[in-house]
Amino acid sequence: MKFAVIRFPGSNCDQDCVHSLNAIPGASADYVWHKDSSVNGFDAVVLPGGFSYGDYLRCGAIARFSPVMEAVKNFASEGGIVIGICNGFQILCESGLLPGALVRNRGLHFICEHTRVRVERPNSRLTSAAATGQILNIPIAHGEGCYFADDATLAALRLNQQILLRYCDAQGRVTPESNPNGSRENIAGIRNAAGNVFGLMPHPERACDPVLGSTDGLALFESLLAK
Amino acid sequence: MKAHVTIMPKPSVLDPQGAAAAEAMKHLGLESIGRVRIGKVVEIELPNGVDEARLHEVARDLLSNPVIEDYTIAITAGA
Repeated sequence: MKFAVIRFPGSNCDQDCVHSLNAIPGASADYVWHKDSSVNGFDAVVLPGGFSYGDYLRCGAIARFSPVMEAVKNFASEGGIVIGICNGFQILCESGLLPGALVRNRGLHFICEHTRVRVERPNSRLTSAAATGQILNIPIAHGEGCYFADDATLAALRLNQQILLRYCDAQGRVTPESNPNGSRENIAGIRNAAGNVFGLMPHPERACDPVLGSTDGLALFESLLAK
Repeated sequence: MKAHVTIMPKPSVLDPQGAAAAEAMKHLGLESIGRVRIGKVVEIELPNGVDEARLHEVARDLLSNPVIEDYTIAITAGA
């Protein structure tokens, strides 16, 4: 499975994504520059973390208009798999490919730490290799990771089983104390209604190597590789 | 001609920056203030006049995020 990792000016997790994906049997990854107009030849697209356009105006607000995003949107509308990680999640929300928005962390601090997320829905292409209730230890690093959506949107997300990951404690309980950034309903990762576009604030590409303290990110990438 | 686009967080969105600023103001002695909200203003010079409809489009698509923000536009003549 060939992954395109899009590079925007200011993306900085692109190398980790390419490195981690290339190390997974059955997967390969390569860079695509934001000015390219095509993602042909790739089976999936990754929008990596970072500070595209310096987070100017709003995180992801300018990147969503990069030339490559036309190709990414077409790719998504044809059912192609798109994963937005951190800034990538922000870009997907800004571009309307995912519902809701990411705003400033409730505590105003930039948070860089390992966090636990609970797998809510195993029946998605991002979580099929995991079990409901499985706890994944994956790092976050963000200042604007608070997921917001209005009540109607949240109701739809629940109804359509679009909430995939929630921040939780060591026992897998979804609590206010285990919510690092104030996200509504502790939401850490979602999918679109059609089930081919994914967004998550935690960095699975930083949890694929035991030397980094966790390999739980592999569960998410391996789900994508499963048939 | 100039346009000033004022972008404010929607009332339903938590604004921790505004809350932090309010705390700081109270600390400085301004005790009887109410809620504080922080937004942004985008000033656009329009030397050749303006297509207002287009300006609203840009305000909706780029300058603000309608999921979390409301905007208003004020147009003034002169420099």
